Amino acid sequence: MNADLLMLAVVDGLSYAGLLFLVSLGLTLICGVFGVINVAHGSLYAIGGYSAASAVAWLLQRQPSTLVLVASLFVVALVVGGLLGAGLRVFLLRHFQDRDPILQLLVTFAVFMVLEDVQRMVWGATPMTASEITGRLGTSEILGVNFMNYQLFLVPGVALLAFALLQILLRYSVAGKQIVAVIHHREVATALGIDAARVGTLSFALAGALGALGGALSVPTTSFVPGLGAEMIVTSFAVVATAGLGQITGALIAATLIGLARSIAVYTVAELEVVMPYLVMVLVLLVRPHGLFSVAAARKI
Amino acid sequence: METTVKRNTHLGQLSAFLLAAAIAGQAWAQPAKPQEIKLGMSTFMTGPASVLGAPAKVAADMWIEEFNAAGGIDGVKFKPTWIDEGQGADKFLSEYRRLAQEPGEKLMLSAISSGYCNALAPVAEDLKVINVLWECSTEKVLEERRYKYVFRTGPNATMEMVAAVLHLLRVKPDFKTIAVVNQDYAWGRDSWEIFSNTLKALRPEVKVVAEMFPKFGAPDFSTEVTRLQALKPDVVLSTAWGGDLDTFLRQASQRGLLKASTFVLPLADSSLERLGNAIPEGVLVGFVGDGYFADPEFANDPTTKSFVQKFKAKTGTYPNFAVYHMVQALTATSTAYRQAIAANKGQWPTTDQLAATLQKLEYRGLSRNIRIREDGQALQGQLYGVTKVDAAHPFPIVGQLTFFPADIVAAPVGQKSAEWVKTLKPALINHAQIKRVGN
Repeated sequence: MNADLLMLAVVDGLSYAGLLFLVSLGLTLICGVFGVINVAHGSLYAIGGYSAASAVAWLLQRQPSTLVLVASLFVVALVVGGLLGAGLRVFLLRHFQDRDPILQLLVTFAVFMVLEDVQRMVWGATPMTASEITGRLGTSEILGVNFMNYQLFLVPGVALLAFALLQILLRYSVAGKQIVAVIHHREVATALGIDAARVGTLSFALAGALGALGGALSVPTTSFVPGLGAEMIVTSFAVVATAGLGQITGALIAATLIGLARSIAVYTVAELEVVMPYLVMVLVLLVRPHGLFSVAAARKI
Repeated sequence: METTVKRNTHLGQLSAFLLAAAIAGQAWAQPAKPQEIKLGMSTFMTGPASVLGAPAKVAADMWIEEFNAAGGIDGVKFKPTWIDEGQGADKFLSEYRRLAQEPGEKLMLSAISSGYCNALAPVAEDLKVINVLWECSTEKVLEERRYKYVFRTGPNATMEMVAAVLHLLRVKPDFKTIAVVNQDYAWGRDSWEIFSNTLKALRPEVKVVAEMFPKFGAPDFSTEVTRLQALKPDVVLSTAWGGDLDTFLRQASQRGLLKASTFVLPLADSSLERLGNAIPEGVLVGFVGDGYFADPEFANDPTTKSFVQKFKAKTGTYPNFAVYHMVQALTATSTAYRQAIAANKGQWPTTDQLAATLQKLEYRGLSRNIRIREDGQALQGQLYGVTKVDAAHPFPIVGQLTFFPADIVAAPVGQKSAEWVKTLKPALINHAQIKRVGN
């Protein structure tokens, strides 16, 4: 593998990492706040993608500008994902809040299965996509190879932006600081006057919007079919586990690592591409059992 | 005196018993006409493979409704019960067993997944229930064991792949390098094994420059596309289908790869309509059999035409290969019942009689005639072509249609495909029976 190919692999890896990071971000946020893996996050990804594809198809009959099309991806994802995420929390998960985490996991799994059928009812089995957008954004040439501008600039750009915005939100806004406090210790935070229920709903809405955004940004390049949500949740779980549960910077680095490992594998040992995310996860967990960025847990007596 | 009477009574009882036994035996050998024929049918209703499974189910329900309305078989109607293959192997097999053991006249039409076909064939054989493998194409299931009750009414992987190689060598005889991008599961691996061994036998100097097996259901093929652009192979093969093929081809198309290399896509018939103008001219496409709505030999055939129109009106799309295979399976079943009844002088046939009829059955679905041979495998010819733009359709049409008769692309009965393809000779490329369809 020469330097040129390595460069190409890095470009591919970063683009893939961008999407993976967006989806993992929502998953890791819920993990941080509630200590639960939200399996239904895979449905939010799928529904975000499907809704965006429907919106783009609807817009395309009205000769929209490229900017409107791209903006529609964001609007649809934020509205659909935010509402679904918050609804999930308010109407269902709130009632299981103090129960065994395993039970909570099972509840989210049940939601995932229900939503999977809902998607099939609404969108059917025919693959759906919004490839018009990538076509309009054109291609750029690097080392004699054509890349889609969409994958080259837009996806990694949005991922970085989401990362920066989330960091700012958590550090400098009141709502963000409240989330951090709840992540750290819910009971103490409640005792200090933070409305933990509201923070919970807020973080679910935020996580839902991020998951749906991952789907909406995937749908221009990926054909959505039934069952896609399950694939994504497994890979993003590998990211979250590699990063350390609830670690946002960790998720960025883990997604990048996995993205790069995967694309380099395609060039060198193509056979290993499929297992690469898990191989990275296993290697990291062997060295650091709680993930790359795990913080020392406060001792609870 | 008394003893004589007694002996007579004994004789009388004995003959009565024998008579009763004979009648009972008769009844057992020749079943009465049933109320209905239960069809245990399976397809993918959920998961990524529902792209193929869902239209096939629509087609089956449509076909059966019409068939029953027209009186069924001597007034006996088909009554389908569906199993979803998307629910996992354990659940599938237990539901399969349950349906296969229901009382009454029944026949199974299962499955899409080659894995399930391998698992259910011995079960059907044990239960002495006829199973029609309607879609799965693994050649192994009928090559590794001889079954009495298991039949395949469509083509197998060997026919599909050998025809693909022949078509490629006829359309583009002078290529030097090839790369493959197949899905990472049984079909992707097995089809490449047959394709590459056939190619090696017919054109040993061709170099395989990359073998890539991305995950089944992969959301992104950018890295594969990048690597292919860097490698610049003359030919790219992909036996992928459904959402995976759509994603791969859209990404490859937008980045100009479809124009740089010649693509060979044996299962692309089912994606052309969705991909629209993402597919340029000059892509080699197969039909997994010979069902194609624009086939000039069948475009005006009344049965085919009316079915295609009805299906299009109902679903908004043209039939894909799974739809053709489903109709073939149903016509094979109904034709077999009719022939078995005729051969049985109007009496309802036993399962064994029906199985014997199926073993040498000739039938027609929506394309050319098909014949089942003694190992239960149907001999269905393969249609391949090259895409071209047609102003009448918003998606490419397939031209340069070539028909490969099944006899020359199928491993003979009793031979294993994996070994047989290695014995192929280059003369096969220009076999006299390969013929052009239309112009």
